[in-house]
Amino acid sequence: MEGVLNQLPIGLSIGAVLLLAALGLTFTFGQMGVINMAHGEFIMAGAYTAYLLQGVGFLIALPAAFVVAGLMGLILERTLIRRFYGRPLDTLLLTWGVSLILQQLARDLFGAPNVQVASPAWLRGGIGILPYNRLFIMALAAASVLAIWAYLNRTGQGRRMRAVMQNRRLAATSGIDTGRVDQRTFFIGSGLAGVAGVALTLIGPVGPTLGTNYIVDAFLVVVAGGLGQLRGAVLAAIGLGLLDSYAEFWSDASLAKVAVFVVIIGFLQVRPQGLLSVRSRALT
Amino acid sequence: MVFALAVTALAACAGQPAADEASSGSSDTIKVGILHSLSGTMAISEVTVKDAELLAIDEINAAGGVLGKKLRPVVEDGASDWPTFAEKATKLIAQDRVAAVFGGWTSASRKAMLPVFEKRKALLWYPVQYEGLESSPYIFYTGATTNQQIVPALDYLKEQGEKKLFLVGSDYVFPRTANKIIKAYAAANGMEILGEEYTPLGHTEYGTLVNKIAEAKPDAVFNTLNGDSNVAFFKQLKSAGIGADQIPAMSVSVAEEEVKAIGPDNIAGHLVAWNYYQTTETPENEKFVAAFKAKYGADKVTSDPMEAGYNAVYLWAEAVEKAGTTDVEAVKKAAAGVGLDRPEGKVTIDGDNQHVYKTARIGVIQPDGQIKEVWNSGEPIKPDPYLKTYSWAGGLV
Repeated sequence: MEGVLNQLPIGLSIGAVLLLAALGLTFTFGQMGVINMAHGEFIMAGAYTAYLLQGVGFLIALPAAFVVAGLMGLILERTLIRRFYGRPLDTLLLTWGVSLILQQLARDLFGAPNVQVASPAWLRGGIGILPYNRLFIMALAAASVLAIWAYLNRTGQGRRMRAVMQNRRLAATSGIDTGRVDQRTFFIGSGLAGVAGVALTLIGPVGPTLGTNYIVDAFLVVVAGGLGQLRGAVLAAIGLGLLDSYAEFWSDASLAKVAVFVVIIGFLQVRPQGLLSVRSRALT
Repeated sequence: MVFALAVTALAACAGQPAADEASSGSSDTIKVGILHSLSGTMAISEVTVKDAELLAIDEINAAGGVLGKKLRPVVEDGASDWPTFAEKATKLIAQDRVAAVFGGWTSASRKAMLPVFEKRKALLWYPVQYEGLESSPYIFYTGATTNQQIVPALDYLKEQGEKKLFLVGSDYVFPRTANKIIKAYAAANGMEILGEEYTPLGHTEYGTLVNKIAEAKPDAVFNTLNGDSNVAFFKQLKSAGIGADQIPAMSVSVAEEEVKAIGPDNIAGHLVAWNYYQTTETPENEKFVAAFKAKYGADKVTSDPMEAGYNAVYLWAEAVEKAGTTDVEAVKKAAAGVGLDRPEGKVTIDGDNQHVYKTARIGVIQPDGQIKEVWNSGEPIKPDPYLKTYSWAGGLV
């Protein structure tokens, strides 16, 4: 019985990890329609930033990783993705290539073996089965969601971003510089991946393939939650986290993975638009 | 993929002229192939084995080479992709005309290469401990088979009174076969298996598994996880407050290199079973560790698969000297009974199954990342890949 109860916080913490990995994608994929396979490598870049800043302090790594990954995203958008808007398949291949290049770059810079990021002393220990580092990840996920929500709903930039997402051409005719908004969206979305990377150093290996471990899960969350839906992504991440943790508890890890995929496929049959979707009067 | 296709195409149409040029144009050198994953998920482990094999080649060349000729390595990348291993093996044999190939790590890559070597009657030297139940006439196995690693590890746990085990492994051929053997052993020796769990390769969420272990309260965990998953598993085991003093984990795929990546403080106190540690006290090992650090950097560590790869080159060279030729059949015949003092102690090729006599060693991981030996088998154990000499293993093969 105790085990069953313990699964609840474990599920929530899996959900928090999924959410952090997927948050940036709700922007770039969900709202701009760019299938960015290199998103995982921005997560990896965040993790390596934490590795490089180990002596300086874990908390400083969070904003630093945001900026590093954000800038990488910005450069990618400016140099390549910008030229491929409206061509999703080309973008997919393009960003996949970028992802491979970035992985090899990490391998050349930091070596093929994993590097170790020691958890800060104040994150060691925990309450019962739930370690402090898991609680920290949950808090970080919650804080990131709040920050994004506030940005989208309470700032002029956020409003312009939403406008472009809902109707790009109308936003453009209303005088919004959509190019600038795209850049900003990509910067923030990629930066969030960097933050996720720092968090992931607390629980798993830090290596060149770190990002590929999470990219599929991140896309699942965005698709199941509904494209561009912050609330949908939160619900989907928590739901998938709990599903995964209980399915694994009652069967095993491989079957849990199967269960998650089956549920998502079934769910998308019924609701192809995901949990939540943008209500709009646009003719599509 | 396109690149791989191009390589295969090249290999296929290289034909006779190129091959002639390769063999006749280099009468003062012998080409050998090195085939490991230099990219992808297995690169973490395999790159270090490649380094050790290249070191052995350098040393042999510095000492005058083999049959008076210098060895020339041809390095290929298996890319952690099993069909690529088969393609690159074909390329090394058919196009480069190498005298032998040293390579592979995962059983999946070995199984992919096996038919290539058998069909083309070429030699593969495979340097990693594996699940046994195989004995190809064209493969030499310089890592441990199960009776030189897993069985001694179980003997040790039994001796320590750890009777209730929880099995954790990655979901592929090696852990599943290993656990079959462990269950047969447990049934015959009055041990109890409280749980058997598999996670996909690359899995990083171990909260649930740790919870299951905490619930089951085993005496020890037998860990056959491979690759990156070990990092996540031990980090999460430790942060859930389960220490090595309460539930020690016996790992068979965690060596010095992995300990470094996991973080020694996350895994200190847990047990491992291998045939070699960086701390193993032999004169040959002192030389090996010093030479490796001199070539690749003072912060590098040496591990069992690296040592087995390093040995493979020396054993092959010795067999070639004995045969007086690099001809595959002659080398195979000459290899039987070839014995050398290596960093792990005396190793001898068993002519019956082309495995190697090895000393089993159990170690405890230290806070500095090194492994301290706490038990060894005293003498090299005869390899028995099919466990024919163990009565309890009767139903397995």
